[in-house]
Amino acid sequence: MSIISLDSVCKSFGALKVADAITFEVREGEALGIIGPNGAGKSTLFNLITGNIAADSGTVHFLGEDVTRQSAMQRCLNGIGRSFQIPQPFGKMTVFENLLVAGSFGQGKSERAVEQAAADILDRTGLIGRANTVADSLSLLERKRLELARALATAPRLLLLDEIAGGLTEGECSQLVGTIKDIHATGTTIIWIEHVLHALTSVVERLLVLDFGKVIAVGEPAGIMARPQVREIYLGIEV
Amino acid sequence: MTISAPDTIYRVETRTRTSTIAGLVGIVLILVLFAAPAFASRGLIQDLFFILTMLTLAQFWNLLAGYGGLVSVGQQAFVGIGAYALFAAVILWGLDPVPAILLGGVAALVLAVPFGFFAFRLQGAYFAIGTWVLAEVVRLIVAQWRAVGGGTGTSLPRTATENIIFTDQIAALFDVRASAARDILAYWLALVLAILTIGGIYWLLRSKRGLGLAAVRDNPQAARSVGVDAQRVKWFVFLTAALGTGLTGALIYMQKARISPDAAFSLNDWTAYVIFIVVIGGIGTIEGPIVGVLIFFLLQTLLAQYGAWYLMILGLIGIGVMLLAPRGLWGSFSDRTGIQLFPIRRRLMGGPLTIKTPSREE
Ligand SMILES: Nc1ncnc2c1ncn2[C@@H]1O[C@H](COP(=O)(O)OP(=O)(O)O)[C@@H](O)[C@H]1O
Ligand SMILES: [Mg+2]
Repeated sequence: MSIISLDSVCKSFGALKVADAITFEVREGEALGIIGPNGAGKSTLFNLITGNIAADSGTVHFLGEDVTRQSAMQRCLNGIGRSFQIPQPFGKMTVFENLLVAGSFGQGKSERAVEQAAADILDRTGLIGRANTVADSLSLLERKRLELARALATAPRLLLLDEIAGGLTEGECSQLVGTIKDIHATGTTIIWIEHVLHALTSVVERLLVLDFGKVIAVGEPAGIMARPQVREIYLGIEV
Repeated sequence: MTISAPDTIYRVETRTRTSTIAGLVGIVLILVLFAAPAFASRGLIQDLFFILTMLTLAQFWNLLAGYGGLVSVGQQAFVGIGAYALFAAVILWGLDPVPAILLGGVAALVLAVPFGFFAFRLQGAYFAIGTWVLAEVVRLIVAQWRAVGGGTGTSLPRTATENIIFTDQIAALFDVRASAARDILAYWLALVLAILTIGGIYWLLRSKRGLGLAAVRDNPQAARSVGVDAQRVKWFVFLTAALGTGLTGALIYMQKARISPDAAFSLNDWTAYVIFIVVIGGIGTIEGPIVGVLIFFLLQTLLAQYGAWYLMILGLIGIGVMLLAPRGLWGSFSDRTGIQLFPIRRRLMGGPLTIKTPSREE
């Protein structure tokens, strides 16, 4: 069964068409990678899935339900969790409090009921030492980790990750890949936008290529990367 | 999502040693304040009444702006409508002034619904200007209300002020005249209202709702994306502030016993001074308005005789504090010392976190 499916979703910013009749679906438990040049509309696609941006036309179904008109809040409660490419922490709250908000509101539970899980997530994402630090004073890399940790705290069934591996060292990157594989192994469906291709392809089962708001290819990673059209876009980028 | 069994047991703490001590001192202070009419002069009781009501107004403005991010300069609308509801209830329907205070709160709450409906369409500076314009509109409408004195205003009838409940008992208890007994009654009510306000706001901030409020203030977009209903949070804060401001307005004018639209809807008295109190004390803290109101009272006592100079000096002090200590006097003090009398931080303890003491890691 497909957990999320988009049908002819369109979105324009003025004259710029950033989502052009996007149609695809993701099976429950799958991991899908999204690649494409800067400005292709990848982050916008996430915003359309989460409801942070409303589609001009087309429909989005989550777990068989039409969520096209639902708010971002409602979609989170239904089980869509996300990270932002440009980190959006609750700056004056501590790292732990960021997760408490996400856990208690995202899951509709009491603070008490989610605090241990929030601490465990901090442990797994390497942020436990910063638990009581206000988010505004984190480094960029820590903020990106917080994006992942906070999205996890909502206990999503579908997790959307937007470029969280950029700027990491080899060691940090393989650690991150390990964490994401663990999350995937528990049955969470993942859609991951990433430029760091070796990290991406070590996790995902399928790749979707986006260019100028259009889906130009979807399929198994090796086959996708072999296509001339994709190679052209990725000329110069190490696979 | 379930992940491998937890390896470390953590716990969450909010209270600190300072806050425990502060709590005990607070209880003693409250008892002394309740007993004050037994030893304080009538003038001091009136001053304390002024301080307590301004403090309550400041706490609600701080809740709106400091925690909710809603910078309203139209709160005088709720002071005025609360006060006028009390006068209407007493003059037109013969209600006792004390229960009529509650009616003042209800009237403010009812006004807040259309008020918020319009104001929430505006953002940032437009929201501020919008609230001010709406408050002016309310003042102009109320000034047309002949039955409560129209544009010139009116007084509470003597028959009503002389028969306020409990005043006879208070007069007998402290052996004072009826007018002094009325002041004591108003003072006690102001004290109860201030305690309920501070206690209620602190409770709110420590609850799950308070977390959601802080999240919406810090980043509304991200708050929605983790399941916080940002719109509902805003409404909740706005309605709560309106209710509290209306109750305070009604109480203030019960004590004054005389009202006019210009006084009851005064931008200066009920919003500008209140903003001054919050800003110099420290916005976004419960302690800030407490510090701010004491400084404000001191300045007023020292400088009120200088008329226009007084306002200019207030303005200069306000600007000076904003430049030198943007988080207010309490905010700077707290940043430097790590002291919080009303802590709301959820500090994670246990595991690797027990070794470090993150009390200063604000
Ligand atoms: N809110 C917005 N308003 C106007 N233009 C936008 C907005 N968000 C994104 N864009 C534009 O849409 C295009 C796609 O952006 P984005 O989805 O962020 O691309 P990607 O994530 O693939 O790099 C870019 O040209 C960007 O400038
Ligand atoms: Mg992007």
